[in-house]
Amino acid sequence: MDTIILPLTGGVLIGIASSFILLTLGRITGISGIFANSFIDFSAKAESWKYFFLLGLILGGIILKITYPEFFNYEISGSVSLIIIAGLLVGFGTRLGSGCTSGHGVCGLPRKSLRSFVATLSFMVAGIVTVYLKGLL
Amino acid sequence: MKNLIGLIGGLLFSVGLVVSGMINPKKVIGFLDAFGDWDMSLAFVMGGAVIVNLIVFRLILKREPVYNDKHNLPASNRHITKRLVIGSVLFGIGWGLVGICPGPAIVNLVTLQKNAVLFVAAMLVGMLAFKYLDAFFAKESGE
Repeated sequence: MDTIILPLTGGVLIGIASSFILLTLGRITGISGIFANSFIDFSAKAESWKYFFLLGLILGGIILKITYPEFFNYEISGSVSLIIIAGLLVGFGTRLGSGCTSGHGVCGLPRKSLRSFVATLSFMVAGIVTVYLKGLL
Repeated sequence: MKNLIGLIGGLLFSVGLVVSGMINPKKVIGFLDAFGDWDMSLAFVMGGAVIVNLIVFRLILKREPVYNDKHNLPASNRHITKRLVIGSVLFGIGWGLVGICPGPAIVNLVTLQKNAVLFVAAMLVGMLAFKYLDAFFAKESGE
């Protein structure tokens, strides 16, 4: 039950959140972009609503960590070098590819964007192949 | 008002990421393990979000945004470039290695796990590296 209801509920919430941003601000909710604009690009791209969006992400996490700690019952495992390599790839790749799971997947696919379809297919396949190859080691 | 909207949007998005299990790298890797012990549950996350947006975006895009002059969307959505594909593949490799993408990376900071902080720091460095190599990559791919 939880394996369908919780992911579906969470997914619908993510949809509502990004629809809300598009309705009110007319913007795509692309988290890698929001994050990079806020802390790397600065200039005109660092709009204040983006900082508040990131604050909301953190605040939501804190509230749920206190009220439903069972959602956080896992460990982020990996050696220091693996975590660093993965973080570098995610940071660099999402900028070169103009988006991540939220911008290309959650927002791009519903816009029927061919670019987002190709991007989503690319990172899904790359992720699946990576997990497969890592399993062979 | 825009700041309040940002905050509410972030809160909703965060709750969605936590409740769905997207913040849990073990679940993400289980989802990506299509040739192994596949855990398909996270397919409902993307499915749920895309279905909501598929319906709502159509309605929204027919009128101007409530707190902005106009919609500010990516200019081209048909132009497939090397940058798009190579960037997405690199991102996918990083995602598969640890099971964390940018949204969950930020939310995971609240766990105060050492690896959560390390991942976000590395992600920032990766983005910074791109910023300075951008001109080089633009030239390489002839765009």
